Amino acid sequence: MSKGRFGVHGGQYIPESLMNAVIELEEAYNRFKNDPKFVAELNDLLENYAGRPSLLYYAAKMTKDLGGAKIYLKREDLNHTGSHKINNVLGQVLLAKYMGKTRVIAETGAGQHGVATATAAALLGLECEIFMGKEDTERQALNVFRMRLLGAKVHAVTSGTQTLKDAVNETMREWSKRVHDTHYVLGSVMGPHPFPTIVRDFQSVIGREVKEQLMKKEGRLPDVVMACVGGGSNAMGIFHDFINDTGVRLIGCEAAGKGVDTDKNAATIANGKLGIFHGMKSYFCQDEYGQIAPVYSISAGLDYPGIGPEHAYLKDIGRAEYVPVTDDEAVKAFEYLSQVEGIIPAVESAHAVSYAMKLAPTMDKNQIIVICLSGRGDKDVAAIARYKGEQIYE
Amino acid sequence: MNKLQRAFSKGKAFIPFITAGDPCLEITEQLVLKMAEAGADLIELGIPFSDPVAEGPVIQEADYRALSAGTTTDGIFEMVKSIRKSCDVPLAFMTYANPVFTYGAERFMKKSQEVGIDAVIIPDVPFEERDEFLPYCSKYGIEFISMIAPSSHERIRMIAREAQGFLYCVSSMGVTGVREQIGNEAENMIKQVKAVKDIPCAIGFGISTPEQAARMSKFSDGVIVGSAIVKIIGQYGRDCIPYVVDYVSKMKSAIK
Repeated sequence: MSKGRFGVHGGQYIPESLMNAVIELEEAYNRFKNDPKFVAELNDLLENYAGRPSLLYYAAKMTKDLGGAKIYLKREDLNHTGSHKINNVLGQVLLAKYMGKTRVIAETGAGQHGVATATAAALLGLECEIFMGKEDTERQALNVFRMRLLGAKVHAVTSGTQTLKDAVNETMREWSKRVHDTHYVLGSVMGPHPFPTIVRDFQSVIGREVKEQLMKKEGRLPDVVMACVGGGSNAMGIFHDFINDTGVRLIGCEAAGKGVDTDKNAATIANGKLGIFHGMKSYFCQDEYGQIAPVYSISAGLDYPGIGPEHAYLKDIGRAEYVPVTDDEAVKAFEYLSQVEGIIPAVESAHAVSYAMKLAPTMDKNQIIVICLSGRGDKDVAAIARYKGEQIYE
Repeated sequence: MNKLQRAFSKGKAFIPFITAGDPCLEITEQLVLKMAEAGADLIELGIPFSDPVAEGPVIQEADYRALSAGTTTDGIFEMVKSIRKSCDVPLAFMTYANPVFTYGAERFMKKSQEVGIDAVIIPDVPFEERDEFLPYCSKYGIEFISMIAPSSHERIRMIAREAQGFLYCVSSMGVTGVREQIGNEAENMIKQVKAVKDIPCAIGFGISTPEQAARMSKFSDGVIVGSAIVKIIGQYGRDCIPYVVDYVSKMKSAIK
């Protein structure tokens, strides 16, 4: 079995033209991840630029309203650029710089990863090009302009379903044209080895902080840790430090769109089958002949037909659970958190909030749920208004 | 001598690629028969995939056309069976890991053998992952074709040593598609291959004109042309056959 496996999942299923690039990346990552200068520089960026540690907020009103477990929100939405994406991006763009690369490219769905990459590239002085499905450039027009403002070139991808998976395809194609000076800043815990490991490591700061912060506040571990899952980077980031704490339930909330029984969803664990795509073996929504299915979610960030290989493995061994959450449920949670706590969550994160709303009332008052609030919802306001029938455009 | 070796035994090989089912399987079948008559030494049949990451826009569009027309892996197997009633030109499937994996690697290779396929090329299965499919290829007598690229460097010797059938040499970085300029990187790559193994080397990616084909054939054992042919098919649709035949004849004579 090749490198980078999580059980049967993972691996390096990519064209030969990219093999030396991922080998070079793995070597560089192993060299710099423990290099004191690199570590110090990254920690400085996380603290003084991104604003870490992010708050662990006790949602008292929500807790009281739901009448069950105590609910804490890990406020990744308060990071610079408004989501957890910055954690991984600062790590990878800094790594690219240490590798002597002068240009970074990235895919983006909702635009959060693209904005974060453009931000880090601006700060660290690298050229930046972002690939985004044309449909997503329309859903998230404001983020497109934001990336341009930050000096990035944004390409609207018109192939296939014109969403996140097609943006990944196009970024891989672009990378295979220029590996010598370009690093592909992959935005989630997916793709060929070593990306799932690198992205997980850079995101694992989320769970590490939660553990410390909760220990200070409550003197104990949480009972449930939950997050939304598309590719799964914020979930993997918050899960990682709790994997060996087997008393902690880990729950990933995937996008069920119009429902898992309809043909309009992106619920990979509920509906996907084992396959090989985007460099990895994992679960994918696909037809009987292995054609990747066009998936759907109200959330551009979860609108992806696969899931990171480590999540697939955690599912296989029963360490994590994955539950589907529909558009309707996510929109309700989006409004609920806004009204009850005065926090507008990203529609992606609202998927996790929604499941917490179901779960909390079934739990005891002395139990604790931590929800990863992976991003802020400003980018979604217009889309949610349209979903509710109000024709607002950005 | 197996059929694949035969493809390289009559001088430089001309290897056209077409996407099966573009515009429909009936035309694909006719194209294979006519291209073989026009001098194709080995034909690559693409099994369309929804997300062909190694392809440029021309072949991506052909894949979408074929899939929209309802092309399936089983339909392609039936077509190959029908081709084999009258034609013994060496045939290689070119597709991606997922259509093979999801069909079942063993079932796919067994079926390929039954209908008369000689080789498979799976661009998203590099050397490190070939054990996913290689054992089944060996079991059913299907050659697993390896690829090398200008970025392969020291990997070339490792890949060449274990290679079977022929080596697919990617002419330049990037995805498939017509290029105005093709450098001579492949010449050096092929020298490195031949230093460790006596195996035919065919160059693909970017070749479209008879001049390019002639130049590439000087230091290789064959040239592979995909996008330029698929473009003609895209342009003429069901009427494409005479245009493709004419092109194949020209390219074949250019490398003689």
